[in-house]
Amino acid sequence: MSSLNRGLPSAAFALLVGGFALAFYWAPEDADQGFSQKIFYLHVPIALTAYACFGWGAWKALRLLWTRDRKYDLESYTAIHMGVIFGLLTLVTGSIWAKISWGEWWTWGERQLVLFLILFLFYSSYFMLRYSTEPGPRRERNSAVYALFGVVLIPVSFLAVRIAGTILHPTIFTHEGADLPWQMLVAFLVCLAGMLSLAATLYRVELTGKRIDASLRELRELLA
Amino acid sequence: MSAYAADVAALARKDVLLEVRSRDTLPAMLLFVVSALTIFHFALPSGSSERAETGLLWIAIVFTALLGLTRAFAAEREEGVLDGLVLAPCDRSAIWLGKTIGMAVFLVLAEIVALPAFALFFHPLSWELVAAVALADIGIASIGTLLAAIAAASRARELLLPLLFLPLAIPVVIGGVGASIASNPGSFLGFLVLYDGVFAILSWASFEYVVTE
Amino acid sequence: MIRARKLSRSFGEKRVLEGLDLDVPRGGFVLVTGPNGSGKTTLLRLCAGLYAPTAGELEVEVERGAIGFLAHEPLVYRELTALENLDLYGRLYRLPERRERAGAMLERFGLWRARNERAGAYSRGMLQRLALCRTFLHDPDLLLLDEPFDGLDAEGADLLHAELAERASVTALVATHDPEALVTRSTARLALA
Repeated sequence: MSSLNRGLPSAAFALLVGGFALAFYWAPEDADQGFSQKIFYLHVPIALTAYACFGWGAWKALRLLWTRDRKYDLESYTAIHMGVIFGLLTLVTGSIWAKISWGEWWTWGERQLVLFLILFLFYSSYFMLRYSTEPGPRRERNSAVYALFGVVLIPVSFLAVRIAGTILHPTIFTHEGADLPWQMLVAFLVCLAGMLSLAATLYRVELTGKRIDASLRELRELLA
Repeated sequence: MSAYAADVAALARKDVLLEVRSRDTLPAMLLFVVSALTIFHFALPSGSSERAETGLLWIAIVFTALLGLTRAFAAEREEGVLDGLVLAPCDRSAIWLGKTIGMAVFLVLAEIVALPAFALFFHPLSWELVAAVALADIGIASIGTLLAAIAAASRARELLLPLLFLPLAIPVVIGGVGASIASNPGSFLGFLVLYDGVFAILSWASFEYVVTE
Repeated sequence: MIRARKLSRSFGEKRVLEGLDLDVPRGGFVLVTGPNGSGKTTLLRLCAGLYAPTAGELEVEVERGAIGFLAHEPLVYRELTALENLDLYGRLYRLPERRERAGAMLERFGLWRARNERAGAYSRGMLQRLALCRTFLHDPDLLLLDEPFDGLDAEGADLLHAELAERASVTALVATHDPEALVTRSTARLALA
C-alpha cells in the first residue's frame, strides 16, 4: 500500500483532534449562543463533507458514462455511500443543535436540515435502485444517471428551500453569523480539513473492502 | 419538419393512439384524482383554510402523475418494443421526447377535469395556480419519463418509481404551492421554469444511457 | 464483420457467456447452436448492441440502424395494427415509400389480409411472421435471428427460406435449436455449451 494510504488516516486524526482543540480552547465563545455554538465546528464540516462526497460520486458517475470504464461504478457507489453516512450525521448533529438552541429536535425553519432531509431521501432511493436492479452494465449506467440527478437536485433544492422559507416557513433562526472572528474561521477550516481527510480515509477503506468482496464473488463463481 | 421533429411527432402520436385504443391510463388517472379530491374533503376538518386545500390539490396532482408514469413504458415492455426503438437509427432522445410529450398530454387532460372539480368542491382557482400546474406538468413529465425507464429495468418496477420520483418532486411541490398561495407568485413561477429547464435538459441528455448498455 | 475476443457476459453472478472468440466474415452465415441457457440469445443481443460485454472485446462493423434483429418477442405494439407497426418502424428507419414497402413486406409473408388487425389479436405464428416483416423491412446489412422458425407453420417456414435465399449475400448470425433446417445455407457453426 502506498504511503498516502497510511498518511491519510494519521492526517485525519491529527487535524480533527487539533481542530476540536482549537475550537474548544482557542476560538472565542460566540456572543449570542455561548458554548453551545461549538457544535458548529462539528455540524458544518460534516455537512460540507457530505456535499463533497455526493459531488465526488457524481463525478465518478460522469466518468463512467463517458469512458464506459466499469471501475467507476464501485467508486461512485462508495462515494455516495460515504455521503449518506455524513448526511445522516448532519441530520443528527443539526437536530442536536436545534434542540440546544431552540428546544426543538426538528425545525422546518432550519434550511440546512430540510435540505439534508430531501437529499437523504433521494440518496436512500439511490440505494433502493441499486438493490432492486440486476448487477451489470445496465445497473451501472442507471445508477450513474441517478447520481447525476442528485448533484443537480442539491442546488435546485437549496433554492427551493430558500424561497419556500420566505413564505411557507419563515426562517426565524439562522446560523450564519455576520462575520466570523478569524480565530473561529481558522478552527473551522482545520476541522473541515480533518473531516474531509476522514471521509477520504473511509472512502479508501470501503472501496478496498468492496473490491475484495467483488473479487471473492468472482473467485467463488469460478470455483463453483 | 426536421427528421428529429418528425420522429418525435410520430412517437408521441403513437402514444396517444395507443391510449385512445386501450384506455388503460387516462381513465384511471381521472378516477384517481377525483377520488383523491373527495377523500381530501373528508380529511380536512371543516373551516380549513384555502391554503390547506391548495396544498392538498398539489398532493393529488403529484400522485395522479405518478399513477400515469408507472404505466409510461408498459406498452413497450409487453413485447420488448423498446429494443426495437433503440435499434432504429433515430436519436434515442427522440424516444424520450415523444414519450414525455405523450405523458404531458395525459397530465393536462387529467387536470382539465381535476382543476374544475377542485374549484367546484373547494374554492375558485387563481390564474397563478393554473400556470404553476402547467409548468409543473413539464417538469413532472420530463423527469418522470426518464425515471420510468430506469424503474422499468429493475425488478421492483412499480414500487421503485415513486421512491425515485418523490424526492425530485419536492421542489415542484414547493414551487407549485408557493405560486398558488404566496404574495409573490412570480418568483415561484420563475423557479418552476428554472426547474423545468434544468431537469428537462438533463433528462434529454441522459435518456440514451438508461436504454442502452 | 463481427469479431469477438474473450467475450464474456454475466448477469449478476451468473456467467452466461465466457471467453468466447468469434469471427463472422462479411457475407458469412453462422448458425449458433447449444442447449437452453447456453447464451445464444445473449450473444445475439451483444452483437445487436443491446447488451454490453462484461469482459472482452466485441467489434461489429455495421452502421446504426442496419441490423435486422429478430428476438423472442416480436418487438411490435399489441394495440397497433400490423400496418401501423411497420409504418412506425419505416418512419424511424427513414425509409422512402415506407407504406408501399410495409405493404409489400406484409404481402410477402402472407399477412396482407390481416394488415388492419391489431397485433395483439394475432396468433403466435402470425406474430412471428410480423416480426420477420419488421426484421427485413429496412434491408439490413446484418441479420441477427433468434429462433427464426419458432411458431411458423410449413408455409411460413418456406416463406422465410425464400426470403433468406433472396438475401444470400447478407451476413447473418442465427441462433437455432434446429440447425438442420438451415444447414445448407450456413458457412460456419458455433456450438455453445
